[in-house]
Amino acid sequence: MSDVIATLSPEEISEIEHEIALIPRRDGAAIDALLIVQKHRGWVSDESLRAIARLLEMSAEELDGIATFYNLIFRKPVGEQVILLCDSVSCWLRGCEQVKARLSERLGIGYGETTADGRYTLLPVPCLGACDRAPVMMVGDELHTHLDETDLSVLSPEGAAS
Amino acid sequence: MTERPLTQNIRADGASTFLADYEANGGYSGLRKAVSSMTPESCLDEVKNSRLRGRGGAGFPTGMKWSFVPMGEKAGPGHKYLIANADEMEPGTFKDRLILEQDPHQLLEGMMLAAFTIQADIAYVFLRGEYVLAAERLMQAIAECYEAGYLGDNILGSGYSLHLHLHRSAGRYICGEETALINALEGKRANPRPKPPFPQVAGLWGRPSIVNNVETLCNITHIITHGADWFQTLGRGEDSGTKLFGASGNVKNPGVWELPMGTPVREILEDHAGGMRDGYQLRGFLPGGGSTDFLVEQHLDLAMDYDVIGKAGSRMGTGTMIVLDDRNCPLGMVRNLSRFFAHESCGFCTPCRDGIPWVVQLLDRFEQGQATEDDIALLEEKAAFIGGIGNTHCALAPGAMEPVNSALKYFREDFERHITAGGCTYNGAAGRH
Ligand SMILES: Cc1cc2nc3c(=O)[nH]c(=O)nc-3n(C[C@H](O)[C@H](O)[C@H](O)COP(=O)(O)O)c2cc1C
Ligand code: SF4
Ligand code: FES
Repeated sequence: MSDVIATLSPEEISEIEHEIALIPRRDGAAIDALLIVQKHRGWVSDESLRAIARLLEMSAEELDGIATFYNLIFRKPVGEQVILLCDSVSCWLRGCEQVKARLSERLGIGYGETTADGRYTLLPVPCLGACDRAPVMMVGDELHTHLDETDLSVLSPEGAAS
Repeated sequence: MTERPLTQNIRADGASTFLADYEANGGYSGLRKAVSSMTPESCLDEVKNSRLRGRGGAGFPTGMKWSFVPMGEKAGPGHKYLIANADEMEPGTFKDRLILEQDPHQLLEGMMLAAFTIQADIAYVFLRGEYVLAAERLMQAIAECYEAGYLGDNILGSGYSLHLHLHRSAGRYICGEETALINALEGKRANPRPKPPFPQVAGLWGRPSIVNNVETLCNITHIITHGADWFQTLGRGEDSGTKLFGASGNVKNPGVWELPMGTPVREILEDHAGGMRDGYQLRGFLPGGGSTDFLVEQHLDLAMDYDVIGKAGSRMGTGTMIVLDDRNCPLGMVRNLSRFFAHESCGFCTPCRDGIPWVVQLLDRFEQGQATEDDIALLEEKAAFIGGIGNTHCALAPGAMEPVNSALKYFREDFERHITAGGCTYNGAAGRH
């Protein structure tokens, strides 16, 4: 039983236990635990999911039901950086579809795909709360605003597939 | 006393105001005043008298909401919770980000005062995951508060204790609905809960809980510091206080501005947003984010007050307007919004889970030139049903249908033209042509 948990690092376990200590039930830390493991590994594998479920004393099925509910928990491997391109209304009014087309062409990937070199994964995201600077996207933790499909220099040249 | 309390610490360079500067500008005097010379009852009276209405979208009177929280022995044993709703995922809404990134202490002080009023001992900021910079700055501000004795046990020697934590969401629009938010905080899927029981009585972990929007809580800071009477004088019309209003779309100067409640739409769109960009004309606007009904030119002189906008057939919502121009297709805009709502539906009830994707498909038919006259009637019927109050478990579905219903009303000729012209005659997002 503990072997399953042991696939998590001591650091991950201690961060998760810290969250559990703040609340009345171990399984109440499910989302935090998923995010902690994702922070360390980039995504949540089946193996990690089973280990977290064991640690939180809940079933892996229930935890997967939670993991797949949320947009920002990745159950498949992602690239070194995730590009979150806003596809909501204010960005649409300012040309995000053109930006998407150019970005896809430049990286050689569509939504949900990762570049061959493993650098970028492209995902759509609902309104990023920066509608006054539309169109916008996040590359990793960085917000990029006033995107222009003719100039995507925010992506380093090595990242481009073309 | 400032007339722009919410943005008094916002700096042009976008930097954050941390503790020393916040205090130098009068910060935490409200908290000092409350814990030293006020009672939870007198704080509640002040908030009630201010006539503050919630800034998260529904406009519910804040003082009344708090008055349902059981106090003293009536609360029973255990914790009470105060939660700041910083989820901000409504399309076209970008107001809370400003405060979260640039004046985190203003929110924290408001939360402390709200928590003191309902005698909560634990508080959470529920922050959307993508707000990375806000998370960093909030964490720094929270640490400063523990250091300074504004948070923790026995705050400023008053005997009152409050612990405050930051929760970063894993992302879903429905998390912003207050009972879904509570489920997310409990580590569950964010399905809304049935009401009653209301969170004020049985919320987080079954205990009394208040969920308020970020901007609402920031107002509390100023209401306690300067008093309800002063707050009332800030509004220009029926409602009291100021509001963070915004405009996005093809206006010259998109942005967010703190203005008196009751500021006319025209003033916001023309004086602050600078009018339409060259070569664009106004077709309509959603006054308060993606789940509000379109208004059009004839409504430009309305005051941005809750009831005024309500009587015109729309809602104040979040006060951040999305402007539709003449080069973008109204159906395309509504389709974009409907796809968002279809994706973000939590899937709990059928009209929302299956009905909104149906609306999207119908709008696709118009776009692709396959729609007939019957489809207009069908769309009307579906939108009216899905949007009908009481037909779904929460307000997501009715909100989703507000732009659809109002587009059918104001942009009817565009629906007709998609049928007669065999598809969309706009050439896509005009911002680029
Ligand atoms: C689908 C949905 C999403 C919502 N998202 C938010 C949000 O992101 N932020 C917010 O403050 N309120 C949001 N609300 C409103 C909340 O349920 C709640 O009314 C609000 O947080 C109460 O705060 P207030 O009284 O201070 O306005 C949302 C409601 C619904 C139905
Ligand atoms: S209306 Fe939609 S979001 Fe709300 S409970 Fe029903 S399915 Fe979920
Ligand atoms: S619509 Fe793109 S940031 Fe709001």
